[in-house]
Amino acid sequence: MTRPELWLVFVLMGIVTVSLRASFILLQDRLALPNALERALRYVPAAVLAAILTPALFRGAGEPLLGLEWFDTRVVAALIAGVVAWRTRNILATIAAGMAALWALAWLLG
Amino acid sequence: MLAGVSNERVAFVQGLKDSVPVLIGIVPYAMIVGVAAVAVGLLAVDVVGMSLVVFAGASQLAALELIGRGAPIVVIVLTTFMINLRFAMYSAALAPQVKDVSLLVRTVVSFALTDQAFALTTIRMRDQPDTPRSPYLLGVSLPFYFVWAAFTAIGAVLGAQVPASWQLDFALPLTFLALLFPAVRDRPSLAAALAGGALAVVLRDLPFNLGLVIAALVGVGVGAWVEVLRDRARA
Repeated sequence: MTRPELWLVFVLMGIVTVSLRASFILLQDRLALPNALERALRYVPAAVLAAILTPALFRGAGEPLLGLEWFDTRVVAALIAGVVAWRTRNILATIAAGMAALWALAWLLG
Repeated sequence: MLAGVSNERVAFVQGLKDSVPVLIGIVPYAMIVGVAAVAVGLLAVDVVGMSLVVFAGASQLAALELIGRGAPIVVIVLTTFMINLRFAMYSAALAPQVKDVSLLVRTVVSFALTDQAFALTTIRMRDQPDTPRSPYLLGVSLPFYFVWAAFTAIGAVLGAQVPASWQLDFALPLTFLALLFPAVRDRPSLAAALAGGALAVVLRDLPFNLGLVIAALVGVGVGAWVEVLRDRARA
């Protein structure tokens, strides 16, 4: 792909992406949703965050434990991070705990 | 004190502050994208351009892979559309809350709508419902915009010099985990998360991240349904 073509791709991608992001925000009155649907949107964050999280978590990128491919060091580290998240509701603490747990597990197994 | 003006500035600054812990999660991810870009022949300046124009990691990564495989432009653009469909959900969820600002502000705000900005904004709106939405959204996304561009460039320049054994890419799923907990406040949202999370794993092999969109939509539906059941039980 030539560089002009490459940049054409970037611009087209950018247009598509910002159109999706702006869709309802800019076209509010024309894309009006019925009330029930609007109330349902309240659950978008929970549903989407979980849907993004689980495939990334269970893809077997860590070292497998108990002989299971999907139950690996990352899953355990995430469980530990989850407890920290639940207790502290602190994003930084959660990330730090998760990374520390992952490294600790890697060190213990290595 | 001019309550209106200072409120907006306070919200903007609050957004900046709230973004900081979550920025850490995208640094390794950005560097991975930079490395992937160089691997398919992009220059660092192309990488920065892509990040500034698109500002969406998953689709950038997919597009880079397609570029490497010599895929036609149409396919790349269509893939981008499918992968980024979830942004339309965010747009729908936030639209009622950014109604009262000018078209210009709404356009700028739209450009900033990333996963993390959306999640942080939703959480903040629940904790402090009086926060002016648009200034907050701008404040929370601005750091991401620059950090994303900067670190995709740094990744492109540094190349694969950061050891994979450090597993720094785990930081990104961790941030989503960290954001998930405040987002789950009651039984309907818990149901939404469980349904969305379970289905996303089941559907993980669908092309174009379709699994993600379908799982998210089903999750939203389940959440709404549990809410209806709960309200009926209370009535």
